[in-house]
Amino acid sequence: MSDISISRLPITGMIGLRGDLSSLGKVVKAVTGCALPDQRMCTSADGHTLLWMSRDELLLTCNAEAAEAIASDLRSRLSGVFATVANISSARQVFELKGQGVESLLANVMPVDFARLDASEVRRTRMAQVPAAIWRHDGGWRLMCFRSVADYADGLLRAARPVGA
Amino acid sequence: MLLLKCPNCGLSVEETELAPGGEAHLKRFGPGSSDDEFEAYLFNRENTKGVHFERWRHAYGCGKWFLAARDTATLEVFGTYSAQTTEPPADILARIRERTGK
Amino acid sequence: MSRRLKSGGRLIDRTKPVEFTCDGKALRGYAGDTLASALLANGQRVMGRSFKYHRPRSVVGSGPEEPNALFGIGEGDRFEPNQRATLQEIWPGMTARSQNAWPSLGFDVGRVNDYGSRFLPAGFYYKTFIHPRPLWKHLFEPVIRKAAGLGSAPTVGDGDHYAHQYAFCDTLIVGGGIAGLLAAWTAAKAGERVMLVERGAHWGGRSPVDGATIDGQDAASWVKSTVEALEKMKNVTLMTRCEGSGVYDHGYVLCNQNLTDHIADKSGPRQRLWRVRAGRVVTATGAIERPISFAGNDVPGVMLASAVRDFVANHGVSPGERTVIVTNNDDAYRTAKVLLDAGLRVPAILDVRPNAASDIINEIKSLGVTVHTGRGIAKVHGDARVTGVSVCLQSGDGTVLQEIRCDCVAMSGGWSPVVHLWSHCGGKLWWDEARAMFRPDPDQPPRDGNAQGFVTAIGAASGALTVRQVLADVAETMDTDMPACEDVAEAPIKPVWIMPDGAGPALRAKMWLDYQNDVKVSDVRLAAQEGFESVEHAKRYTTLGMATDQGKLSNINGLAVLADRLDVTIPQVGTTTFRPPYTPITIGALAGEARGDIFQPLRKTPMHDWHEANGAFWEPVGQWRRPYCYPQGGESHADAVAREVKNTRQSLGMLDASTLGKLLVRGPDAGRFLDMLYTNMMSTLNVGRCRYGLMCDENGFLIDDGVVARIDDDTWLCHTTTGGADRIHGWMEDWLQCEWWDWKVHVVNLTEQLAQIAVVGPNARKVMEKLGGMDVKAETLPFMAWADGTLAGLSVRAYRISFSGELSYEIAVPAHQGPELWTALMEAGAEFGITPYGTEALHIMRAEKGFIMIGDETDGTVIPQDLGLDWAISKKKDDYLGKRGQQRDAFQKPGRWKLVGLETLDGSALEDGAYAVADGRNENGQGNVQGRVTSTYMSPTLGKGIAMGLVERGPDRMGEVIKFTRIGQAPQEARIVNAVFFDPEGEKSNV
Repeated sequence: MSDISISRLPITGMIGLRGDLSSLGKVVKAVTGCALPDQRMCTSADGHTLLWMSRDELLLTCNAEAAEAIASDLRSRLSGVFATVANISSARQVFELKGQGVESLLANVMPVDFARLDASEVRRTRMAQVPAAIWRHDGGWRLMCFRSVADYADGLLRAARPVGA
Repeated sequence: MLLLKCPNCGLSVEETELAPGGEAHLKRFGPGSSDDEFEAYLFNRENTKGVHFERWRHAYGCGKWFLAARDTATLEVFGTYSAQTTEPPADILARIRERTGK
Repeated sequence: MSRRLKSGGRLIDRTKPVEFTCDGKALRGYAGDTLASALLANGQRVMGRSFKYHRPRSVVGSGPEEPNALFGIGEGDRFEPNQRATLQEIWPGMTARSQNAWPSLGFDVGRVNDYGSRFLPAGFYYKTFIHPRPLWKHLFEPVIRKAAGLGSAPTVGDGDHYAHQYAFCDTLIVGGGIAGLLAAWTAAKAGERVMLVERGAHWGGRSPVDGATIDGQDAASWVKSTVEALEKMKNVTLMTRCEGSGVYDHGYVLCNQNLTDHIADKSGPRQRLWRVRAGRVVTATGAIERPISFAGNDVPGVMLASAVRDFVANHGVSPGERTVIVTNNDDAYRTAKVLLDAGLRVPAILDVRPNAASDIINEIKSLGVTVHTGRGIAKVHGDARVTGVSVCLQSGDGTVLQEIRCDCVAMSGGWSPVVHLWSHCGGKLWWDEARAMFRPDPDQPPRDGNAQGFVTAIGAASGALTVRQVLADVAETMDTDMPACEDVAEAPIKPVWIMPDGAGPALRAKMWLDYQNDVKVSDVRLAAQEGFESVEHAKRYTTLGMATDQGKLSNINGLAVLADRLDVTIPQVGTTTFRPPYTPITIGALAGEARGDIFQPLRKTPMHDWHEANGAFWEPVGQWRRPYCYPQGGESHADAVAREVKNTRQSLGMLDASTLGKLLVRGPDAGRFLDMLYTNMMSTLNVGRCRYGLMCDENGFLIDDGVVARIDDDTWLCHTTTGGADRIHGWMEDWLQCEWWDWKVHVVNLTEQLAQIAVVGPNARKVMEKLGGMDVKAETLPFMAWADGTLAGLSVRAYRISFSGELSYEIAVPAHQGPELWTALMEAGAEFGITPYGTEALHIMRAEKGFIMIGDETDGTVIPQDLGLDWAISKKKDDYLGKRGQQRDAFQKPGRWKLVGLETLDGSALEDGAYAVADGRNENGQGNVQGRVTSTYMSPTLGKGIAMGLVERGPDRMGEVIKFTRIGQAPQEARIVNAVFFDPEGEKSNV
């Protein structure tokens, strides 16, 4: 096939945050160093990535072991603010995709115009029949979907072929 | 297949990323309302050929609802706007007037 | 007899022979041959049998318009019927199979239909086989079905695989002829993202065959250099063998690319369906030549003039030694030229125009060809092949003036622009009287979301016919410079819809309009006479333009005949609707990756692998797979279920409950919000406690249920049904975003985050205590309470809730720790004989307790009051979703069907879905009913059948015996009883 590698990452720490983005942004910055991302973008600092999920939702990825402690820290800093912090590290599966033609492979199953995607854009979209999100990371791509459909996603990615392969 | 711009996340996405939610700007009638009011709320829909205000959820994206003003016959989209409103914004109404004379 | 010419054939490679078989016969062609050209080269002319009369037919066209030469290609799991021989490229080892003929193409029994064809006019089937009714099903339909249909369907699954690809561009150009190439070049130079797709294997369209000089080069050279220039541009994607298949709303276009149909190596995907979103679509789809309706125009050897010259020029194949050309326009003279250049004879050209004169006519005349003006064909002679034609005056009644011996007839009735893609999404047409064609109306294009036209038709597809006209049209439409090209003046076309003008019924009954469906001039006239005057009605009554034709060859002639019969103009008749796809797409290509294991998402709980390894028999629950039961040894499913129920009731069972929805609802207004969503009061629930709740829609109908836990002052955790998780999450978001957007509430869907395990049975507490880490005593963790703690070293949340009536804990852990907790429970529970149980045991135990199940006791028309759940409906609340709906009159009437328990008199189980019969009959003559079974099981606990059902005034009729239907047997008697069959006081769960 091609030289694309598809790997399932071990559990990734994930903290879901709901609330007013500027208040969330301040405390996340203080705890992780990640700046508040612009609409649809992500920012990274010190092994953390902060993803813009919607106008009142952020997703912070971190070391899985540290997730509960970070979530507690964020929760206490947000006390008194209408905000929700949830450790949802088990809810999703993250894939790492690397190699030439990943965009073309993903375009088998996602209605996404990759040429128009910003370098730090997080694209939440439909991957064949399930929701998924992708963003660029370390020269490759990160893809996440819900845990229960990880095998389906894996099957989809392995069945997909980039144009020309 | 329609393309609609989600005003919540700024993406223009195809219909398969969205979930439809029917007519917008319905006024809810609960206990205490008359049978006629309740019937109108629950069942009566414009089902118009022409300008339609409708609800969409960016289901495969940011998950947020938004509203769209669309011509059901020509599929012209006059605009999309926040779901947190009880009536279409003035600029969209102006555009509809400009385009349809109504 | 080989009909391969000694030289020529611009597309074939004579150094590369290709061996293939057709109907078992070994044949040879060359690389670059289509199946049609290779069969013609091998002297095989009959390539199919017509649909209705089984008349022998040969190839008529040279492209996607071909109606006759359809073959089944490939074998076994790679067999596909109805492939056009004119498009199918041959490859080494290819097998082709003829269709619609029995026993063979040469001799077909079905031909008797032809000899009786005057008894099989349009609408014959509709009229004849209506009465007597029973005969249709048992006699007429089976016989007609056997004789009807095109190719046979494959008998095994499709062995190929298919890909989808989303693509985005500024301009998509469909058609790689000179118009498409010039358009692509223009858009590409302007920096646009360009996609150019060509359905055939070669660029340039008709121009290399038809001949022209563009920018001082011959057409083929211009095409080659333009393609090379485009290939160098990064912003251009070029694809051959890729058909623009359909144009849809807002610039969405499907293009289907063939990847392996033309080669022996089938290892890659067979086809790729491109799902393109284009800012602008340019259709450069060319035009299709029209047949002429004369008697015998379907005899093998009668072909489109363009096809005749294509086979000669492209493939070096002679369609005939002596070709008579019949035409109403100048273009067919190009066929004469190509034939003469190849050393083939043209005994005559019959030109219906009385005084046609132009350069090309003079040129052909000067080459010694006789041109008979004002004349046409009265009749074609021959059966399985043309032997000659009778010539008549076009203006006459068909009186024969002359006989000409020939073995091929090349006909040209003019050209029709391919307007399919233009029309798919609403582009309108106008009738060009001078050119006698429907053309795209640039003022009425398909429009996008901004009301801008997004499709542009160019070149022949917009009605331009000569190379110069085509280039000029592109230059004007695309606003670019026109390449230099000489002007070729042509004499005007004279429309001819039937030949001769005054043909009588005998001739009209042998004039084919639609070859594939055997529709003749006489059929369309009959349809009009019988009142099928709308073109859409006439189409369906006669089958004109149906099946794979879709108006390609048959359309305009049929419309003209209909217009003539109705005495209206052609534009008044209009066209039938053009619908995608342009040519058929195999189902596999549409399915794409969605087949086999990834046909649809299969959701797996964290413990899925354990269930699989331990012999679970799976039940699909939505997209989830849940264990139905875990059979051991040779145990039947029923025995397994009974064992699981008994072990659980007697000692200890365990259920994977991870699929249940778990929604965290949080915020200062969360209590108020939940009070609106649930029929009962959730805001008053104490922290640390659980409460069962019901959710209704605004109709008042019950839509979901589950246990709600109060986590802290601001936080609740709502359990939903398995099927309800995403739906109820969406329902909550809908109300929060669209109705009560100023309420401060967040909803987080934790369904995927948490594994949940139910530990159930009298020994449940013992196993919990054995695992250790938290206090699970009744005083600390009473029934309907929850607590956070540690179990087997894992942080868990344990809920004391029960759906079985037993002492029960539901334990939630992060999903990735689910298997660890599950295994720990299995090990600790071994001494109690812990038994994992599946959904069926779950269902039985809840039914024994009279607990309702959403989807069993509810069906979208049931309100909670029907189920005796009034206790779970708050009387104190002014409002909740569904309250107003439940106040409607219909729900207050005493005759509602209400929930009761049911027990047969003999201890057997009632049938699932059985109806309770009542006296009398309704207005439709059907027996009246008074209720129905909603759940029915054989209870292993009680050793008898138990059921729940909705019965008219049921709760008021306790002890009454009523009858329930049984399929194929007499009704069964059952007694109305309390729905709680087991432990009615609830002593077992509350310990």
